[in-house]
Amino acid sequence: MDISNDLLIEMYRFMLLARRTDERAWVLHRQGKIAFHISGIGQEAAQVGAAFAIQRGTDWVSPYYRDLALMLALGLTPLEFMLSVMGKQGEPSSGARQMPSHWGLRRANVLSHSAPVATQSLHASGIGLAIKFKGDKKVVFTTIGEGSTSQGEWYEAVNWAAVHKLPVIFMVENNSYAISVPQDKQMAVPSSADKACGLGLPGISVDGTDLIAVYQAMSDAVTRARSGEGATVIEALAYRLTPHSSDDDDRSYRSREEVETHKKEDPLPKTEELLLSKKIITRKQLDEMEIKIKAEVDQAVADATAAPYPTLETAMGPVYAAEVSNA
Amino acid sequence: MPEMTLIDAVRMAMDEELARDPNVIIIGEDVGVRGGVFRATMGLHEKYGSDRVIDSPLAEASIVGVGIGAALYGMRPICEIQFADFIHPAFNQIINEAAKMYYRSNGDWTVPMVIRTPYGGGIGGGLYHSQSLEAFFTHTPGLKVVVPSTPYDAKGLLKSAVRDPNPVMFFEPKKGYRLIKGEVPDEEYLVPLGKANVTREGTDVSVFAYGMMHYYTMQAAEKLAQEGISAEVIDLRTLYPVDRDAILASVEKTGKALVVYEDNLTGGYGAEIAALIGEHAFTSLDAPVRRLAGPDVPAVPFSHPMQDWFMLNPEKIAAAIRDLAGF
Repeated sequence: MDISNDLLIEMYRFMLLARRTDERAWVLHRQGKIAFHISGIGQEAAQVGAAFAIQRGTDWVSPYYRDLALMLALGLTPLEFMLSVMGKQGEPSSGARQMPSHWGLRRANVLSHSAPVATQSLHASGIGLAIKFKGDKKVVFTTIGEGSTSQGEWYEAVNWAAVHKLPVIFMVENNSYAISVPQDKQMAVPSSADKACGLGLPGISVDGTDLIAVYQAMSDAVTRARSGEGATVIEALAYRLTPHSSDDDDRSYRSREEVETHKKEDPLPKTEELLLSKKIITRKQLDEMEIKIKAEVDQAVADATAAPYPTLETAMGPVYAAEVSNA
Repeated sequence: MPEMTLIDAVRMAMDEELARDPNVIIIGEDVGVRGGVFRATMGLHEKYGSDRVIDSPLAEASIVGVGIGAALYGMRPICEIQFADFIHPAFNQIINEAAKMYYRSNGDWTVPMVIRTPYGGGIGGGLYHSQSLEAFFTHTPGLKVVVPSTPYDAKGLLKSAVRDPNPVMFFEPKKGYRLIKGEVPDEEYLVPLGKANVTREGTDVSVFAYGMMHYYTMQAAEKLAQEGISAEVIDLRTLYPVDRDAILASVEKTGKALVVYEDNLTGGYGAEIAALIGEHAFTSLDAPVRRLAGPDVPAVPFSHPMQDWFMLNPEKIAAAIRDLAGF
């Protein structure tokens, strides 16, 4: 598959933007400036590779909480993310009602999702059903962690998509842990993609730290979906390089050696090395990119810090709609 | 004006809404070729096709979750849960997703959908085909909860529910499906959500009821009139948000209030009506607010004598009204 150099650089830029934004959130938490952060570090290649395989802003997305890189690639700004971790007015997913990283971005066709896992998978199939009904040429992309594929709602969603040949791509971001529980306590199959075969649709496992591999697997699945051939399950294998959240201490369930081993597969340096070795980008360009991103994140933190909290009227409603606001 | 059964009116409402709005679809178990186990959708599959009257996999969470997704894409799903007793697998999707979507997305996403489900006992259905579950849902801001008790209201309320931009729980008294008959106009009409109906004027006691218990209460009131007791009967119709003005106005007039509901007594919906009256009409009361409800056992037993023990009937309701009138 031909991927232009410009596209690779753009994808890498979003990976780096996500990494620096994510790292800053950890710092803000350790400084006592924000109450909570849940990280996507280690999963940036999977998320950005997938984002660029769909028509961003046109296709529909039903994400899960680790998808910071995906969301930035879909148009969420670092400022909007900082507003969300600080619970400030202007936070676009929920008006700061939801905890951070509970995404939703109306302008980019990104659904609002909740904390109970796998609920979003069924919404993706419902949208797929409506897209097919209306004869639109759009696809739905939905993500989930491997632990959450244990939920009945995930099976039900994939089953619907398989029965009705819906234009949905179910990407399992397999980062090896569901908080403290490793994959072998979640499933007896070696790959969450294997679950697809029992439901009658293709399941593909791909190295989720390999940006190009993810982009290619996703592009194939998007083509299948858009041409009416139905849904695909894609497992993107990665490793959660951070604790589950800012409230977790992963030293209680996995060794430092294990984490250090997986840092060798960190998608950020891996992708950087690819771009340098193929002379797609120069060290100087990378340095400039880094400086720009740091300035962008600095500005986002400053602006979010200065932003007001929501008024209490925001807590009171709206609860009921007077008219349908979407679609 | 033709006379018809309650279930005929339900079907007529769906038929008219399917004809009026191409975005209206029906999703549920056996709703297609079979026309529903109660025949609520009889003939609709034939008339509107399998794209609009959709036989779902046997998985209730998916009926609601896929419905939510379709609604987010602009459809107007009518989801059928075959028996209210089977709604619990979908509880997460109803409470955490449908009910909270508008609030949690700060008004960006609305879920215009109806969840129809037959409820109530007295039909030999045992523990799992007899439950009255409205109180779970009247505890949930973001939902509307509707229970019709006449064919006229069933049609008019269901049509309003389909057009409402919010998720509406529509509980149908299954024992009354063919037992309750009434006149239903052929022409278009709507019954607004949120409005109670004084179905019998009286002066001695206000009786608040809905669904099957309203039907029985009307029979009880008729009998008591011959004894010189004048009961005013209020059909609540919409349980949430409830018509407080209608409730308080009636209590202010009669000074005595009885709430009749088929569900278990404790924590049942009638407790809320009793509390409302106690808080806001205390000085109008000449007697304690009374509740007449099912016993606090887990559900309705199958064997007929035990079922009869559980269920309210016109005689039990008449006795309670008589007792209160004599206070």
